[in-house]
Amino acid sequence: MNIMSLTAVELGKRIKAGEITVVEAVKAAIDAIEKKEEKINSFVTVDREAALEQAKKVQKLIDDGQLSGPLAGVPVAIKDNMCTEGLLTTCSSKILGNYNPTYTATAVENLQRAGAIIIGKTNMDEFAMGSTTETSAYGVTRNPWDIGHVPGGSSGGSAAAVAAEECIYALGSDTGGSIRQPSSFCGVVGMKPTYGTVSRYGLIAYGSSLDQIGPIAKDVTDCATILETIASYDKKDSTSMKREVYDFTSALKNDVAGMKIGIPKDYFGDGLDEEVKKNVLDVAKVLEKKGAIVEEFTLSLVEYAIPAYYIIASAEASSNLARFDGVKYGYRTEEYRGLHNMYKKSRSEGFGAEVKRRIMLGSFVLSSGYYDAYYLKALRTKALIKAEFDKAFKKYDIILGPVAPTTAPKIGDSLADPIQMYLGDIYTVSVNLAGLPAISLPCGTDKNGLPIGVQMIGDCFEERKIIQAAYTYEQTRDYARCEIAKEGDE
Amino acid sequence: MSRQEIMQDARLQKRGMSKMSREYETVIGLEVHVELATKTKIFCGCSTAFGGAPNTHTCPVCTGMPGSLPVLNKQVVEYALAVGLATNCSINQYCKFDRKNYFYPDNPQNYQISQLYLPICHDGYVEIEVGGVKKNIGIHEIHMEEDAGKLIHDPWDDCSLVDFNRSGVPLIEIVSEPDMRSAEEVIAYLDKLRLIIQYLGASDCKLQEGSMRADVNLSVREVGAKEFGTRTEMKNLNSFKAIARAIEAERDRQIDLIEDGKKVIQETRRWDDAKEYSYAMRSKEDAQDYRYFPEPDLVPIVIGDEWIQKMKDIQPELRTEKQQRYKEEYGLPEYDIDIITASKHMADIFEQTIAICGNPKEVSNWLMGETMKLLKEQEMDADQISFSPANLASMIGLINKGELNRSVAKDVFKEIFIHDIDPVSYIEEHGLKNVSDEGAIKATIEEIVAKNPQSVADYKAGKKKAMGFLVGQTMRATKGKADPAMVNKILRELLEA
Amino acid sequence: MANIISDETIEYVGILAKLELSEEEKEQAKQDMGKMLDYIDMLNELDTEGVEPMSHVFPVNNVFREDAVTNKDESELTLRNAPEKKDGAFQVPKTVE
Repeated sequence: MNIMSLTAVELGKRIKAGEITVVEAVKAAIDAIEKKEEKINSFVTVDREAALEQAKKVQKLIDDGQLSGPLAGVPVAIKDNMCTEGLLTTCSSKILGNYNPTYTATAVENLQRAGAIIIGKTNMDEFAMGSTTETSAYGVTRNPWDIGHVPGGSSGGSAAAVAAEECIYALGSDTGGSIRQPSSFCGVVGMKPTYGTVSRYGLIAYGSSLDQIGPIAKDVTDCATILETIASYDKKDSTSMKREVYDFTSALKNDVAGMKIGIPKDYFGDGLDEEVKKNVLDVAKVLEKKGAIVEEFTLSLVEYAIPAYYIIASAEASSNLARFDGVKYGYRTEEYRGLHNMYKKSRSEGFGAEVKRRIMLGSFVLSSGYYDAYYLKALRTKALIKAEFDKAFKKYDIILGPVAPTTAPKIGDSLADPIQMYLGDIYTVSVNLAGLPAISLPCGTDKNGLPIGVQMIGDCFEERKIIQAAYTYEQTRDYARCEIAKEGDE
Repeated sequence: MSRQEIMQDARLQKRGMSKMSREYETVIGLEVHVELATKTKIFCGCSTAFGGAPNTHTCPVCTGMPGSLPVLNKQVVEYALAVGLATNCSINQYCKFDRKNYFYPDNPQNYQISQLYLPICHDGYVEIEVGGVKKNIGIHEIHMEEDAGKLIHDPWDDCSLVDFNRSGVPLIEIVSEPDMRSAEEVIAYLDKLRLIIQYLGASDCKLQEGSMRADVNLSVREVGAKEFGTRTEMKNLNSFKAIARAIEAERDRQIDLIEDGKKVIQETRRWDDAKEYSYAMRSKEDAQDYRYFPEPDLVPIVIGDEWIQKMKDIQPELRTEKQQRYKEEYGLPEYDIDIITASKHMADIFEQTIAICGNPKEVSNWLMGETMKLLKEQEMDADQISFSPANLASMIGLINKGELNRSVAKDVFKEIFIHDIDPVSYIEEHGLKNVSDEGAIKATIEEIVAKNPQSVADYKAGKKKAMGFLVGQTMRATKGKADPAMVNKILRELLEA
Repeated sequence: MANIISDETIEYVGILAKLELSEEEKEQAKQDMGKMLDYIDMLNELDTEGVEPMSHVFPVNNVFREDAVTNKDESELTLRNAPEKKDGAFQVPKTVE
């Protein structure tokens, strides 16, 4: 039996039952990575020895009855922008190529306390800036469904690793769609929780007011289970929200009777690929057959979300990335004349082109004379966008739409025209601007066999509704595995 | 003539102009940074304790490690509120933090978390008195921010070393209106601020130690002009004297420029007190464009009416209240009260000593007399007094019991002042106890009398002064420890006999 | 309206961001920034008169911590990743005061 084909919850059950040992599970993951990494390149760092060590420890704790949660003993991959003490954390950038954090991110600690085994750190767009994982300093990650195509970004490594069955599940981060879009491109399930649900302490910041950590896994059950474990109220994060309810798994019900689903007309205009459109609208039809009430409506302001997002994200990023200066950690240039020269050279040599582009844009929109016209304008736009969602959620339980206008593009096609690339974020960024929860799950493939994802968006703190809707839809189809995944079968 | 007048005169003479020439007014505003006396830093649980080897009071937050996040120390808000209320400010009941972005190695994130758009306090004032004239100096705003680390220059390797112990220490910045017109007013303002803040317990406000730092914004204009001139900012002013010197020098420098037909450039200047001059600090590497934007990692602060009322209720006795109380409770003269309360530390010592031994007049005398004298000798501030009230009280007790006489007490007090010795054990060890043993004194007196027959004869002949000489000799022989009253009595008895 | 980004602007932004671009990169940056600003200018179509800029997405206020020391001497951890250090401090090129 191919251990790597199991979901996290299934594997967790079998480990608990003693049918599979933790070491076996970890070895299976390591083997899979060894076999498939050359084709996929989803990992920046794989820590075999530490993982096996940890596996033994966790097995003992499980045997002693001290660890009994659903994820105990299950191997996980962590996106390389989350601090893991003692394990190289690079943000897929040269500037952190040698950075070894002295502490672990809260969300990751929560997983470790539950008995998760960290297999390694996954590849991403540098500092989470990108939609294809092509801006990584450590090579492109390839889509396991077709290695000539991108896996999406910026959590491309995490999504690809799950789809290729190199790991059972992974953590990603989502600032403008970075969990949902690669999940959609790679045919797996990815979820961004309500802002403030998962602690950002230890997540290397890109857009502080937008970032959230979330799960990427094979199914909705896994995602809900993982979310329950990583979500917590963290005193070390001032933006952490104390939720009333941290129970997400009891929402795994096959039932949408009476659920009101809104379909934004303005999501289905020009620029949306026909096949994607068809597959996504089919999801609504399926749910309608199961008792949901589906209605079209006008969301409005859709096209303004992208410029607002890029202004806010770049501005925050330009400030968040200022700390990378060769003084306290990370890359310092070898030859320099004086302090400012050292700053400039270290940063110019350590950052890639896309990062530099966004830092420049961010600095510009905040600079003297432009702050009102750009930054404040973007914040006003953000307020209006949130108001539109608030209005919509008075009428609907969930909003359903595409995740991306296309399926995964070919490698090399996107970077030439950054604006074109940014436009691909049209369905995802407004969710971050409004702090809403959203889930992306597979709903079909295009004529080339590339996966298509559907997005379900909920009102703030309403993860349970989208989990329920997603779970219900998921029950109507089988999880599709790509060929590379199947290579693990014997 | 005052220094200003002399300089003015010299200038006029240089230009061969008549005295019917222009007079200038100096316009000064101050930006004062105060390190708050919290136990921990503003955004993390690191200690603010002074000293400590480099980087031993640091953590991921105050060293800008990737992924770290700030969490606000409530005590900082309370101190800022307290200072704002005590300086008659309006409170911004909804206030936020902003990021000030600039690159410098003492700034671990290369941005400083401060408040620009909505500072916690605004539009207050402080009353000062110079030359008998009272005046209000306006406070434009007060805001909270974090301090930077320390840069130490290493001459051996010709590099700089960064210590982040101070990074994240909480500061309030008090920005005044440009209401001051002279160095005297500036000093009075700083003194008043310092007293208020010390009395609130919000900071120890020591200029020399850096817990209070003042930057001077200065411009000049012709008397009667309506517009302000171009102002410069001066930094590195580490004492009241340096501030006064810098103000005079900058005023002259600007007037010279104007009279020469040149323009004053708006810039930041660094004052070198040893050389008594300033130089421009601006470098083209630093665009001074701080790109302020709201801090996304911190949530806004909402200060309700109840919180403000609570702060008003717990406000400790400020100086003016203390002055009133000392007058009513202890009946001390105003002059003494003013000196004792000029430093909260001294006032505390006064009150703590009285609490042990009572006797406010006596305690006051020791503070006004010997203490002030020693402070001057040792070139110390009242804030630096380090002896314990218990020891002063103990010494006063010994005097009252007659075990220590006043002239010896002065020496003992010096030891208390410098080394904080326990007077009881000290006088034991050094044999300074008052000699009040009649027998011993009598023996000594008999010796003295025997050695000085001429004086005895003089006395008997009616020269009363000879008595004084014999008393003096006795005191010398007993190293001043003999009880003078007893010496006089025994000697008189002997001589009259 | 096309945004033409001048050399001066690129240089200015480079100083703000501490980035040094090659001549080629500067040309590319001018073009990229111009295009991005053209795109962002689309926001001018949107009437935001009277709308408060929204920094924080939820109306949460007053998140505080108590003034109690919780951190011990972490100097070893703090300096562990330092590119250059000396005497327990981070070493940098001489800063001019």
